[in-house]
Amino acid sequence: MNATLILENGAIFEGESIGSTEDVVCEMVFNTSMVGYQEILTDPSYAGQGVVMTYPLIGNYGTNDEDDESVHPWADALIIRHLAPRGSNFRCTSTLNDYLIRHGITGIQDIDTRALTRILRIQGVMNGVITCREDYDREELIERMHAYRVSGTVERVTCPKVQHMAGSGPRIAMYDFGAKRNMAKRLVECGCDLTIYPAHTPADEVLAAGYDGIMLSNGPGDPADCVEIIAEVRKLYESGLPIFAVCLGHQLMALATGAKSHKMAFGHRGANHPVKDLRRGRCYITSQNHGYVIEKESIDPAVAEISHINVNDGSLEGLRYLQRPVFTVQFHPEASPGPVDTDYLFGEFLDVVRAAKEGGTRHA
Amino acid sequence: MPKDPNIRKVLVIGSGPIVIGQAAEFDYAGTQACRSLKEEGMEVVLVNSNPATIMTDKDVADHVYIEPLNTYSLKAILERERPDALLPTLGGQIGLNLAMALYEDGTLDRLGVRLLGTSAESIRKAEDRQGFKDTMESIGQPCIVSKVVTTVQDAVDFTNEIGYPVIVRPAYTLGGTGGGIAYDEAMLREISERGISLSRVGEVLIERCISGWKEIEFEVMRDSAGNVITICSMENLDPVGVHTGDSIVIAPTQTLANKEYQMLRTAALDIISALEIEGGCNCQFALHPESYEYAVIEVNPRVSRSSALASKATGYPIAKVAAKIALGYTLDEIPNAVTGKTTACFEPALDYCVMKLPRLPFDKFTTAKRTLGTQMKATGEVMAIGNSFANALLKAIRSLELNVHSLRLPKLQAMSTKKIWDKLFDIDDERIFVVAEALRRGITPEEINRITKIDIWFIDRLGTIVKLENKLSQGLPDAKTLRFAKEVGFADSFIAELCGVTRVDIRELRRKYGIQPTYKMVDTCAAEFDAQTPYYYSTYDIENESQPVDTGKKKVLVLGSGPIRIGQGIEFDYCSVHSVWSLKKLGCETIIVNNNPETVSTDFDIADRLYFEPLTPEDVEQIVELEKPWGAVVQFGGQTAIKLAKTLADMGLPILGTSADGVDAAEDRERFDEILNLCGIPRAAGRTIFTTEEAIAAANEVGYPVLVRPSYVLGGQGMEIAYNDDNIRDFMKIINMTVQEHPVLVDKYLMGREVEVDGVFDGEDILIPGVMEHVERAGIHSGDSISVYPPLNVAEKHKQTILRYTRDLAKHLGVIGLINVQFIIYQDEVYIIEANPRSSRTIPYISKVTGVPIIDLATKVMLGAKLRDLGYGVDIYPEAKYYAVKMPVFSFEKLTDVDTNLGPEMKSTGECLGLADTFPQALLKAFKGANMKVPKRGSRVILTVKDQDKEEVLGLAREMVELGMELYATRGTYAYLTAHDVPVRFVHRLGHGHPNIMDMIQSGVVDMILNTPRRTQREDGDGWRIRRSAVEHSVLCLTSVDTCRAILTARKEGHSEQIVPIDITKI
Repeated sequence: MNATLILENGAIFEGESIGSTEDVVCEMVFNTSMVGYQEILTDPSYAGQGVVMTYPLIGNYGTNDEDDESVHPWADALIIRHLAPRGSNFRCTSTLNDYLIRHGITGIQDIDTRALTRILRIQGVMNGVITCREDYDREELIERMHAYRVSGTVERVTCPKVQHMAGSGPRIAMYDFGAKRNMAKRLVECGCDLTIYPAHTPADEVLAAGYDGIMLSNGPGDPADCVEIIAEVRKLYESGLPIFAVCLGHQLMALATGAKSHKMAFGHRGANHPVKDLRRGRCYITSQNHGYVIEKESIDPAVAEISHINVNDGSLEGLRYLQRPVFTVQFHPEASPGPVDTDYLFGEFLDVVRAAKEGGTRHA
Repeated sequence: MPKDPNIRKVLVIGSGPIVIGQAAEFDYAGTQACRSLKEEGMEVVLVNSNPATIMTDKDVADHVYIEPLNTYSLKAILERERPDALLPTLGGQIGLNLAMALYEDGTLDRLGVRLLGTSAESIRKAEDRQGFKDTMESIGQPCIVSKVVTTVQDAVDFTNEIGYPVIVRPAYTLGGTGGGIAYDEAMLREISERGISLSRVGEVLIERCISGWKEIEFEVMRDSAGNVITICSMENLDPVGVHTGDSIVIAPTQTLANKEYQMLRTAALDIISALEIEGGCNCQFALHPESYEYAVIEVNPRVSRSSALASKATGYPIAKVAAKIALGYTLDEIPNAVTGKTTACFEPALDYCVMKLPRLPFDKFTTAKRTLGTQMKATGEVMAIGNSFANALLKAIRSLELNVHSLRLPKLQAMSTKKIWDKLFDIDDERIFVVAEALRRGITPEEINRITKIDIWFIDRLGTIVKLENKLSQGLPDAKTLRFAKEVGFADSFIAELCGVTRVDIRELRRKYGIQPTYKMVDTCAAEFDAQTPYYYSTYDIENESQPVDTGKKKVLVLGSGPIRIGQGIEFDYCSVHSVWSLKKLGCETIIVNNNPETVSTDFDIADRLYFEPLTPEDVEQIVELEKPWGAVVQFGGQTAIKLAKTLADMGLPILGTSADGVDAAEDRERFDEILNLCGIPRAAGRTIFTTEEAIAAANEVGYPVLVRPSYVLGGQGMEIAYNDDNIRDFMKIINMTVQEHPVLVDKYLMGREVEVDGVFDGEDILIPGVMEHVERAGIHSGDSISVYPPLNVAEKHKQTILRYTRDLAKHLGVIGLINVQFIIYQDEVYIIEANPRSSRTIPYISKVTGVPIIDLATKVMLGAKLRDLGYGVDIYPEAKYYAVKMPVFSFEKLTDVDTNLGPEMKSTGECLGLADTFPQALLKAFKGANMKVPKRGSRVILTVKDQDKEEVLGLAREMVELGMELYATRGTYAYLTAHDVPVRFVHRLGHGHPNIMDMIQSGVVDMILNTPRRTQREDGDGWRIRRSAVEHSVLCLTSVDTCRAILTARKEGHSEQIVPIDITKI
């Protein structure tokens, strides 16, 4: 079946429908990872977005029961060059197409994804629509696109209720703003006794439970929209508990301590972004997925110092707070998909937690 | 960390002659590294014995030594140049081994020379089998169960513990030389014995055989700060068992999900970190297809063939960055030349699929076993880029220039389905075609996977192609189907074949439907950043990114020479690159089309624009239509480019220099004869024929022996000397096995002295930089002959005749630019053999030893300059005061079924140079450069020669005795020598008692064999077995009396202790 992708700027791409045939309006973003489409589809940070994979051959290894990063896919659409009709991998349990159909994800293939990516890179991310209708009304669709804005996504993707994962190590509370499963998994693998809280849990409730440390997860959307959560994060900061935050969590903490954020032209999405850890003096290849960034100039030097920068564009990738044992990064140490080169940060977090518990240094 | 200010002068070691397993990729890496070092203000000293390389150019390094690559000459060069440091990791295995030897014997320490980049300790950890295994164990990286052994018995004992089959890998050899899979004890004994003898340290590794696992490679880099990145992942279509150099390789990996991918990526980074490599490194893994189990197969702590491929596949210049890392820079301090904005510290993201196919020499060595295994056999490779597996594959197949433009092979189509099913078990160069044929016959992908272990994903992709073939066979396609076929990568010529029309019909149909290719940029980042690299590949898409802009300059298209094969090697890349450099200096905008990932010409900063595409009429036409160049240069890209001259001319594109018609005049027998008559140039009597009957008639007319060869070929492909009608019947059968549109030539064979010249002609005057004389008499291909400049035995009157003939020919052929002419001096008369109005194999060598920049002059002349204004004079350039000997180098030990006997068909893969102030001294250097052990006092020599040669051999035998060599001979030769009072011992031929020649070879007591076979190329039983056995036991075996005489001259009059290195930039 034919499908058409129309962008907010009027550009039209004709292709073939894959997955669901329902119309979808979403924000179009591109991802440069060459593997990991299943993890990407199920990353809650993509809620409200359609993902353009720049790598042309997708679906090669099908999908499996192990690589979901969430209960179901969150990306609203998948835009690719070629879909493999069947997957070839020892773990494969389904074709990607069946997976998309099963989860109601609309997709399109056989389009010039490089041309599409170049539009998004040059003109910035924009909204788009995928329709399988032959008789669509272009003007009406463009109007719908103009009206669309990714919002309220954290509320959509966060877990509905508190979950507990037992462990023998430090007791950690994690705020789920749209966490990938691997984040919890890594903490549990490190021995943590982990409790996961919905995004809107009052800080007091968590603090009252007497945890050793707090993890703020990744998540979708504009951080500045999360006004209420930011207020709670401020309370967590004030508590003096060790805190490690990733992606949206990192942005919320920065906003809670007076910094500013803005939307990037086309964001960072992929598995090849070099980040320099200024304290270690080393560069690491990281997995990234963010469309907003904290402004370097807005950091109060009395509050935090920049711990990580992006080697490509110099943007802010991590903060170390000076008055509290808090450190945060913009990229994804939990990877999945992507390189696990910065996995050591989980270890550093636990070191801070243990040190704080033993009454040692309270700073990260 | 910024670069170390104490390093100002750096020595770089090249990789020597082109052999199988070590080809042009090291010229690419070395050239890039030298330029990168010079960029940093370093004084660069370069050593390489290979004169055909670009790296050995004055423009590339400050001091250039074309000297044998051994510790002796390296020490002399180090003493003289006193560099601060040596960069060991860019000259392949040869360079690495040499650097290690100099380190181990204390030379580097004594002279205060630092090893740059990776330390000797790290190199040893990676290269030494046991050391590597221990290191891997210490970081928890699984290796294959294995053991290093030094005796055959230990190999057998260990294998009995772990079970057959096992893989035998000799330590410190190239391209897995001498290795193999042993399925039983007899095989194990044979392979391990050979491997032990070939290994520099007399060791082989016996390891568990994991054939059938996925073979995955990662190219990784590390700097002194410990930053580690992966440049490229690659997956071999051929599972473990086929050498990666002979495998079909796809980048990036296709069948790995994120978990497996990251597991191996992390392993590669852990390995490079544990080995503390500073620079580039290649890690090969075997991955179990049904689990996470994997094993590290091999790690190369240096740039390699794979790193050249990875560089071209991603746009990331590995060698350049490695050189900067060696100087002390860290990855984040090195700018990314592609984007100009980001740094070298990132991992390239591909938004396309890259296909590498090996170029195997079986078209040339028709009798060789086509089986592929752990020993590499490919002479070169092609790469293609596409937005799908299918179109990258089909482009790559076209790029091989094997007269195949699809996945269909007529000979397979003719086989029964049972036979095709049987053939699926064969692991050879045709397997992918067999798989496609099997799919056509309805054999299921699952069954094919079960037999071949090729991942089903790849088989499915081939299935897409086969399905489309069927659809197109039903008649002329509609617009949609045609567009789809082009997207999938079908050539117009193949679509035409399927629907029974001509290529031009399909092209016109495409034009009618508006189906034209678009070109996409290779930018390292999947369009995430704005990039300026003018490096393109074709797709059938919406957006065309290659937008030619009018710079006001004349735009010139330069066609490259495609994959390296026997007869068309790296020298043509030298010519193409130099032409581009000249054109740029002349103010032209340059465009290169080529498909060889190993070469300098496909580096993205050589030409102004690079198209990585097949060199076929269709693919080149499309580029011409888009770029609309002012002219095209075809004379530098070998036969590949010459073949396209007509296509370009038909499009109305001016061919700069010699016209397509001039090319045709030289190739067309009748037209050429006419010109020879007009010029009064004699040639051996000959005929042009098409059939075997005509050939026999012609041969009898001119009289045996005759030379038989197809026209329009390079490297004497299919050329034979026939002595009788039976020979002719044999040869014609072989010639007719490949598609033969052109006639066959039958010439009287004159056994005289062969002389060769290259000339530049401007329409009036000619400049010949030098006359080159062949050491071996006519009958041995010029590419396989030892060549000497200046000539030793060419009278002045003959030189003048040669000059006159060459000038007259050039004029009448309409040459503007280069011409190469081969002559025979026979009974005091000069005859012409052939003329080629294009660049030749000898251009780089003669340019370097005479100092005449031939390509630069030819390029200028093509654009209208006159030789008289260019400062190098006209006629024959004054002869040099020293001698230059060009020595052919062979790869026979890699090609187990190929006869080493030299004849009119070229067999050498590379060459080296010996330069000295006397001929014997130059010869000696050249023999050493070719790694041939010149026999000395006490050496044992076996003589077994045909009757015609006995008289000549008598003189040589006497010389050998005088030189203190111990002679052995077989019956006939023994009788002859004894009758003439030469002291010689008797040795049996095969099957006539013991000890026979084979016993002597196998026991390692013999140093040299002179065997002149009765027939030229067909296997002659005993002789063939003796020659093969000699190669396999590394015993020097000569098949020409002339070569033997040369080697005695080198021994007698050359002096090993007086070898003086010569800096060619000073001559």
